Amino acid sequence: MTMLMQDENVSVDRTKLLPAKLREDFPILEQLVHGDRPLVFLDNAASTQRPRQVIDVLRRVYEHDYANVHRGIHTLSERSTEQYEEAREKVRAFIGAKHAHEIIFTPGTTASINTVARSWGDANVRAGDEIVLTTMEHHSNLVPWQQLAERTGAVLRHIPITDDGLLVLEELDRLLTAKTKMVAVASVSNVLGTINSVAEIARRAHAAGALVLVDAAQSVPHRATDVTALGADFLAFSGHKMLGPTGIGVLYGREELLDAMPPFLGGGSMINRVYADRFTPAELPAKFEAGTPPIAPAIALGAAIDYLNALGIDAVERHEHELARYAYERLQEIDGLKILGPSPEHRAGLVSFTVTQPHPHDVAQLLDQQGIAVRAGHHCTQPLHDRLGITASTRASFYLYNTPAEVDLLVDTVRQIQDRFKPQGRHRRPKST
Amino acid sequence: MSGSPINEEELYQEHILDHYEDPFHRGQLPTATHSHEDKNPLCGDVVRIDLELDRDGKIADCFFSGDGCVISQASASMLLEEMLGKTIDDVKHFSAKDMLELYGARLTPNRQKCCLLSWRVLQSAVHSPVNNNDHVDAG
Repeated sequence: MTMLMQDENVSVDRTKLLPAKLREDFPILEQLVHGDRPLVFLDNAASTQRPRQVIDVLRRVYEHDYANVHRGIHTLSERSTEQYEEAREKVRAFIGAKHAHEIIFTPGTTASINTVARSWGDANVRAGDEIVLTTMEHHSNLVPWQQLAERTGAVLRHIPITDDGLLVLEELDRLLTAKTKMVAVASVSNVLGTINSVAEIARRAHAAGALVLVDAAQSVPHRATDVTALGADFLAFSGHKMLGPTGIGVLYGREELLDAMPPFLGGGSMINRVYADRFTPAELPAKFEAGTPPIAPAIALGAAIDYLNALGIDAVERHEHELARYAYERLQEIDGLKILGPSPEHRAGLVSFTVTQPHPHDVAQLLDQQGIAVRAGHHCTQPLHDRLGITASTRASFYLYNTPAEVDLLVDTVRQIQDRFKPQGRHRRPKST
Repeated sequence: MSGSPINEEELYQEHILDHYEDPFHRGQLPTATHSHEDKNPLCGDVVRIDLELDRDGKIADCFFSGDGCVISQASASMLLEEMLGKTIDDVKHFSAKDMLELYGARLTPNRQKCCLLSWRVLQSAVHSPVNNNDHVDAG
């Protein structure tokens, strides 16, 4: 049977794994799908699941503490405001920012990047200025800059990648010129898994007088983040990819940059004083938090950070890296399977691949029938897939609750699917008329 | 395949796999009078259909080409097998519901788009004359 084909040399170092008992914190993982198949959730780069500790906080807020923040002179509003600002402080500490008011709550990474491209971009970027991106960016770190270029006449440049999915950093020095205003780069690719050398990119960008925005949606949930060490001027990430709710994300910006930027969305909360025909903006962070913010989701994001801190983010990274290395090596055993991106040492906790046949959507559908949730498609990275010469791929992405047994099931099932679709000398039966 | 741990249900039944591995008229049609190509932006499936329509508006010949999931490619094969020899009017009257019935297996709304790609392409192809006259002489 296929199990016998497993290379005896490929094994898991269990000392690198988190205690399997933590799965009990995730009620959603206990279920069976398609009748009798235990759910194997490997679509964590799209969105993770939530532990009971986060769900309980959401319930507590809505059952006991909820009211609008920064407004009411009443008990619940004060409780909600206090917890909302505590969450901001937890985020600050988690990413090593200097000041809590450098943490702007947004609906997610996309909103965070759009805020910078709109507010900072419209105020600072002129025709002929240059924005440097990379070939591996998610659409959310491409399209806002394309829109900025359309509005202003700025020019977009892209750091190319090697066939192995690593950035060609030698090209960066050629791309950085006196016209470069911004370098916007993912810390970890959502398809290749590549861990980019953000600190080195930032050092060179700053030497050229450019700012750096880090799309950290795929790294903040999985490895330690220090905005100062990274040299990030702006950094964006989402709560729902790190055990938190949807609808909450973060924009970090250096104080002096955020202070100099005009407000993006106008409305309540972001004002100091409104007259009939004009307004003066509020101080940070309220200046960028127009309207009623995602109060309970922000507080629950704070609970997600507490959960990650209790495990230790370094232990989370070690666990995922070990699973990804194991998956990488075991998937390599399958003839015709091609893994996208670099070798495990340059890789975060995900593995994308193609097989000779069938199409990634068929692979995903057949995996689902075994209870295994993966992502298939272009993963919002069409330019990257163009560069790789493919239209779609299948991605398995891991988080702190995944296990080696789940990797084994993935690998064995992929092998069976590929075998199933090998040419077998089939013939259509003549159509009955 | 009762011993197979993969339970495909209806989605990848033998009939569909037959069309996937041994498609009906996959290729280009040099004598095409009409042709259209489209894709599903969501998944990148591509189907192109070449038609040779005779003077009576009948499909004298047809071929498809493309790339994508089993459903998109097998359904294109089934559709052309069904439509060869039919008229433009027959094509117009062949509804999306007819297409899903021809395919046979139950599909979720997302995967119905894969199945209906070739149907959409065919509906457009009958209105998309090939812009060259060479093939008349080349034959």
